[in-house]
Amino acid sequence: MLRVLTFAGFAALAMVAGVTRGSTSTGATWSAEERSMLASLTLDKLDTLAPDPSNRVADDTMAARFGRQLFFDAKLSSNGKVACSTCHLPEQDFQDNTPLARGVGVTGRRTMPIAGTAHSPWLFWDGRTDSQWAQALGPLESAVEHGGDRTQYAQYIAAIYRREYERVFGRLPDMSRLPAHAGPAGDSATRAAWSALSVTRRDEITRVFSNMGKAIAAFERRITFSPTRFDRYVAAQLAGRAHTSIDSLSQDEEAGLRLFIGKANCITCHNGARLTDDHFHNTGVPASSLVAAVDSGRTTGVRQVLAGEFNCLSPYSDAKPDDCSELRFAVTEGDELLRAIKTPSLRNVASRAPFMHAGQLSTLRDVIAHYDRAPRAPFGKSELKRLKLSATERRQIEAFLETLSGPPRHRP
Amino acid sequence: MRSSYINRSTVLALGLGVISLLQGCMMFARPPKDLDYGRIRTSEARLYRGEIRPDGDSIPKGKLQKWTLHLEDAGGAPIDAAKITIDGGMPQHGHGLPTKPLVTKQLGNGDYRVEGMKFNMGGWWVVKFRVNATLGADSLVFNLKL
Repeated sequence: MLRVLTFAGFAALAMVAGVTRGSTSTGATWSAEERSMLASLTLDKLDTLAPDPSNRVADDTMAARFGRQLFFDAKLSSNGKVACSTCHLPEQDFQDNTPLARGVGVTGRRTMPIAGTAHSPWLFWDGRTDSQWAQALGPLESAVEHGGDRTQYAQYIAAIYRREYERVFGRLPDMSRLPAHAGPAGDSATRAAWSALSVTRRDEITRVFSNMGKAIAAFERRITFSPTRFDRYVAAQLAGRAHTSIDSLSQDEEAGLRLFIGKANCITCHNGARLTDDHFHNTGVPASSLVAAVDSGRTTGVRQVLAGEFNCLSPYSDAKPDDCSELRFAVTEGDELLRAIKTPSLRNVASRAPFMHAGQLSTLRDVIAHYDRAPRAPFGKSELKRLKLSATERRQIEAFLETLSGPPRHRP
Repeated sequence: MRSSYINRSTVLALGLGVISLLQGCMMFARPPKDLDYGRIRTSEARLYRGEIRPDGDSIPKGKLQKWTLHLEDAGGAPIDAAKITIDGGMPQHGHGLPTKPLVTKQLGNGDYRVEGMKFNMGGWWVVKFRVNATLGADSLVFNLKL
């Protein structure tokens, strides 16, 4: 009994001493530089969401309500079975836990989560669009995702959502004498029907189509992160508070955090409150055995966004050219773009297996082992260098990554 | 003879090993200690002096920024009508800038508007202005610590 009390006394003393030294309940101490790095990764440091000048209804609640309806509507597809929410499942962090997204067919990439993407200058793994609304339009016309076309969608909006649409965007154009299926993508009959329409008709329909994307973006823009145990841990650390069960990290998690911001160099790319630098890197991820086509990453993505029908500088964007700085100053060529893929946010990463842009790696353990080994890239040049982590260190990083989960949040 | 051959190859192998280890460590090592992080620098061939003035004074990580570059000769006279291109990167990581910054306007009095500057990670960055003006071609190199 005495021994227990003595131990408790020492523990209490150690805790008090720990707090005054700025150490944690497990005794770990962080230097001033490390504390500043920890703070930079917390949700408290997430910038206030800047307006999206390319989407004049981005912050319109009626547009968000309309966008939500569109997001969950499976009729917006060629077979009536594929909605945005088919792959972006709200109960699964708006992704689908499969290596390759499945719509009416199978895509060549992994579904990305949505939370926080309103902060991203580039969307998709290769950044081939520069806004949430332009991103939302890609899958609608993709032959393997929703598989639909512009006149089909415009007529569906007129039939089902006229009131919702017109409240936000004004009068719909005349839908009479439109072909049932026409658009610049799709099969040859769909494309021929599109070419047969006048330039004015095509523009009117494309305007409706782009507005669908803007409404969906208004909904998606509100999907954000909620604080995690890691955020609470850092808040307690910085405030010099003793840690409680809801804001403490285990010794392994703390050690993993130390590796994350130190020896393992994760923070180099996974930086800021969203744990991404919003940039593109070749990290030598193996090619997917499920995808036949070569994935050249940002090399192709940047060409697509520059030529994009719905980019920030396009006639369908509400932005002024000066608002489109990311596009105007984008790196457009060079070896560094080859097979470079966007750094994903690591918030909620532990619930998002399989990993990488085509689900090539099944577990977090595989991902950490990959970064440790730093293999040669299938093509292009990997930016990685070997880390030489021990098995314990790899396990600790994995433990830390599991502290980055919190339920998704939807701003009202 | 044989023994000396072994010794030489062992030394060579060890040497190469140390070099490759150093290269590996250099990747994310701390930058050289004697770097000048000043915002006023003299160009490499000492033809020009330049000063960078980031809008808002600070250089935040991950945000597009606008800067003003002031250019003058060694005697302090402003240099206008210079042709300026910009590149840079992270010497220890072997990559360039994440954007392609440009001089978008000549403001007069040796000042130039620079847009599209962005730094996506912490560490030592280098920004190089290649200047071509009345005195000839030269480069102004700035070190940044983010």
